[in-house]
Amino acid sequence: MTPRARMVGFLFAGAGFAALMFWGLVGLPDFGHYHWPYGNALNAIATPERHTTNVVGATVFDYRGLDTLGEEFILFASVVGVALLLRKDDQARVPPDVVRSDPIRALGVLGVLLLFVLGLWVVAFGIVTPGGGFQGGVALAGAFLLVYVVGGYRQYHELLPHSPLEMTEAAGAGAFAVLGFVGLAYAGAYLGNFLGIGNAGSLYSGGSIPLLNWATGIEVCAALLVLFSEFLKVYMVPAAEWTPEKGPR
Amino acid sequence: MIPLQVVSIVLVGAGALAVVLQRDPLRQAIVNSVYALLLVVLFMIYQAPDVALSMLVVGSIAYPLVLMVAIMRVRDRGEETTDRTGR
Repeated sequence: MTPRARMVGFLFAGAGFAALMFWGLVGLPDFGHYHWPYGNALNAIATPERHTTNVVGATVFDYRGLDTLGEEFILFASVVGVALLLRKDDQARVPPDVVRSDPIRALGVLGVLLLFVLGLWVVAFGIVTPGGGFQGGVALAGAFLLVYVVGGYRQYHELLPHSPLEMTEAAGAGAFAVLGFVGLAYAGAYLGNFLGIGNAGSLYSGGSIPLLNWATGIEVCAALLVLFSEFLKVYMVPAAEWTPEKGPR
Repeated sequence: MIPLQVVSIVLVGAGALAVVLQRDPLRQAIVNSVYALLLVVLFMIYQAPDVALSMLVVGSIAYPLVLMVAIMRVRDRGEETTDRTGR
């Protein structure tokens, strides 16, 4: 196919796509004019029923909790898949990537602390403000990844040994499923809300939603770290091949 | 549509174009993070803080992380193959 023919083909396809896009966009309702039943029903009942001021969180961890359980295990299964594909027997590695600049390390430590506290806050207050287990979990993972960025492989590896990390990931995913069974026992339905709903706007609200938030936060944080550790292990050069002059490949 | 929304939409369009026009995958991952931040602003302007927060953590931590380690791995393997053919 000549470039010219390719260009003509693209122009036809592009014009058709643009027309369909435009047609679809024109049919959208105006911003702020939502008029379908489910969203309005949830907005009306979530806060009185569950005393949580984050309706998105209440929807995800309560009204459609089973769906979120599935999503959690999609992440879990994909991380297990990556770990299986990348696993190697050879474990002898050295850190070829230590950061030596003091200002960068100091700033990095500050960043690690800030991001860690931010992550905890986003998970804990997922019932009051926007946020929750997923977003907070990724922020927590980011804090640990910063340790690698401003420290080195050795610091990262000492802070997060591999097998406890994998166990933490499994425990987070498992806790969500187990909390579902607790709901089955005490509230009569799988993932039913089994705790008192507390006071709206405080840390004690939403019933079992905060517990599910924490389970998700731990799972997501550990899943991302397992993923990163697996890739990192493959990238690290075996000790015998590494010299200070040559550096990492 | 208020002017802020128009500015944000135009910026997101320009950002998307910048991601596509960058040819080097590693730089593309960085440009994509900037594009994700533009999307975060767009979501905030359209009053969707929860979506903005998800986009923020996925666009600036999770997605570039997965992309970069994958690129790193592929490049590493590419060099190994050239070494072997060279010998």
